Amino acid sequence: MTPIDDTWTTVLRPQSRRLDFRLGELWRYRDLVGLLIRRDFVATYKQTILGPIWFLIQPLVTTLTFVVIFGNIAAMPTDGQPQVLFYMLGTVVWSYFATCFVQTSNTFVANAGLFGKVYFPRLVVPVATVMSNLLTLAIQFAQFVAIALLFSSTTARPSPNAWLALLPLLILLMAGLGLGLGLAISSLTTRYRDLQYAVAFGTPLLMYVTPVIYPLSSVPERFRWVVVLNPMTPVVEAFRYACLGSGTVSAGHLAYAATATVVSLIVGIALFNRTERNFMDTV
Amino acid sequence: MARQVLAVEALSKRYRLGVIGTGTLHDDFERWWAALRGRPDPTAKIGDEGRIRADGTVWALRDINFTVDEGTTLGIVGANGAGKSTLLKILSRVTAPSGGCVKLKGRVASLLEIGTGFHAELTGRDNVFLNGTILGMRKEEVARKFDEIVAFADVGAYIDTPVKRYSSGMYVRLAFAVAAHLDPDILIVDEVLAVGDINFQKKCLGKMAELTSSQQRTVLFVSHNMASIKALCGRAVLLDGGRLVADGPVDDVVQLYIAGNRPPASGVIDPDRPVVGTGEARLASVALLDRDGAAISEVLFAQPFTVAFDFDVTSPIPDAVFEVDISTPDGTYVATSLSTDKLAAPATLQPGRHRAHLDLDVTLLPDHYSIDLGIHHTGAPWTIDFARRTLDFHALNVAKSGADRYPYETRRGFIRPEGRWTIS
Repeated sequence: MTPIDDTWTTVLRPQSRRLDFRLGELWRYRDLVGLLIRRDFVATYKQTILGPIWFLIQPLVTTLTFVVIFGNIAAMPTDGQPQVLFYMLGTVVWSYFATCFVQTSNTFVANAGLFGKVYFPRLVVPVATVMSNLLTLAIQFAQFVAIALLFSSTTARPSPNAWLALLPLLILLMAGLGLGLGLAISSLTTRYRDLQYAVAFGTPLLMYVTPVIYPLSSVPERFRWVVVLNPMTPVVEAFRYACLGSGTVSAGHLAYAATATVVSLIVGIALFNRTERNFMDTV
Repeated sequence: MARQVLAVEALSKRYRLGVIGTGTLHDDFERWWAALRGRPDPTAKIGDEGRIRADGTVWALRDINFTVDEGTTLGIVGANGAGKSTLLKILSRVTAPSGGCVKLKGRVASLLEIGTGFHAELTGRDNVFLNGTILGMRKEEVARKFDEIVAFADVGAYIDTPVKRYSSGMYVRLAFAVAAHLDPDILIVDEVLAVGDINFQKKCLGKMAELTSSQQRTVLFVSHNMASIKALCGRAVLLDGGRLVADGPVDDVVQLYIAGNRPPASGVIDPDRPVVGTGEARLASVALLDRDGAAISEVLFAQPFTVAFDFDVTSPIPDAVFEVDISTPDGTYVATSLSTDKLAAPATLQPGRHRAHLDLDVTLLPDHYSIDLGIHHTGAPWTIDFARRTLDFHALNVAKSGADRYPYETRRGFIRPEGRWTIS
């Protein structure tokens, strides 16, 4: 006779409690997060000539393009800041969010092969994505600081201030927002592939409703609500205010961004955990 | 007393048929619209007598029940499409059940594929760590077992080379080594042993046997190779059409599976079987003949016999090579003959019906045997058509002369080779 006992460690059932985020399990797999970050970093620029220098080239070239097109040809205002610094900070911050969002939203489709063969908490992959992009952000931000120092002796010099202490919080907001929205999209993408194209096409356009190439202060009053509705707006403006000393930001705006982040994370993780159970049947 | 470590209760899995992505938005919309008007779900199930149901879903698994005790090696057998892979996917948590439940005790590791998550650009060392953590180990656990893993994989000096430079053998060895050192309470293995050379396969089987015997681990093993199922497992379950049809000692279950799988005696090769090659020629029928051309179903001891098969060619083939394999019904190959053996030239074939004859002088020891047939090109993409178990026959321990026969009860090997003894 086999003794019956009820000490099962795992019970697999058709339905799961919807709002169980299983973050403890994610924590148990923290080593995997670390190794995936390492893999991303090592593998991204293997067999390229310039290697990690690409991290520096991307924002530099984008900034120069913006300076020429938006700064000189379109002659858009930059809140009195040097154009190079204004655009570079905007593009560095924005590209962190955009990369997190786009890469996360692709999680299920891009990892179908892996997910189909072995179980681990799927959330590990997008979390690692967001964190490995943090490394890129750090490198590019350091580059920005180096260039900002060149301007420190000029008359239009930037005036960094106490708001700098908020930077970690701002980065956390961007990471959470990118992750949450990306998770939600990635879950829906397993059913509706169209979303993949919508994200690839729409994210660059989203930049134009974020004060990246223009300051919020230059947006006409009657359109401003559209830009303010975008939770990335206070993040970019606060970044500028902290580093350069110009920008339009308030505690209310930031509280709104924080709320949007928390809501998108909750919705995103809930959708993601629901999808992870059965998505292999549809991919 | 043995402890239960796995219990499968009324487990079912339903899949949606058809191309992914078509109509789901439409379906979702219809469902939502119906719900809004308080009507029944138009896409819900209608009847479920058959396996495929009116709503275009199929039961891959239906009401499966079994339990496994600690230290057991359970074989899972069944034809293609019987539900073996689905069962393994649910047990390894890649997909969720549609009904019923699975209860597990301890750490589960599944090897549905070897080298999952290996990254070509990373070194062997990095991949061992990455793969180990993907399979559920902590980093320091991998570090502790690292030397053992490298020794088992036998990749030695190449451990700091990117795995894209590895030979396929080294790659597989390293990947299996990581999995073998996972130390799970329940190990789920799906035919991964089909890769790698014979020595390595033996090493893998040995490692799995060690897990169950000395460490009281539980192994679930799926294979089409009845010989390795029998060698490794004490108990087996047989799946057929998504249902569990037998559960018992491995010999009985394998026997049942083989018996239910006998090819037709007529020698007609199923014309509806899936195309496995490029398809310019299709095997049609096969017969076993004596040297006078009369059809036989048994071969006498040391009797020369002929394998004759018909095939249809649909477009010209300049380089056809024919293959006849003799195997035991549990899948162990006994002998292979190719039409290009001894440097013979490949055949040139025009469209139409052709017949191939192979006169064999081989003394098979008494047993059941089966014939596989193949038609190939001399180079990639190689296979034109291939059919397994086209005909079963029995080699008898009765000779025509009456005198020459195999004298012992235990049979060693399958063939009596031609040889000349000299005793001085």
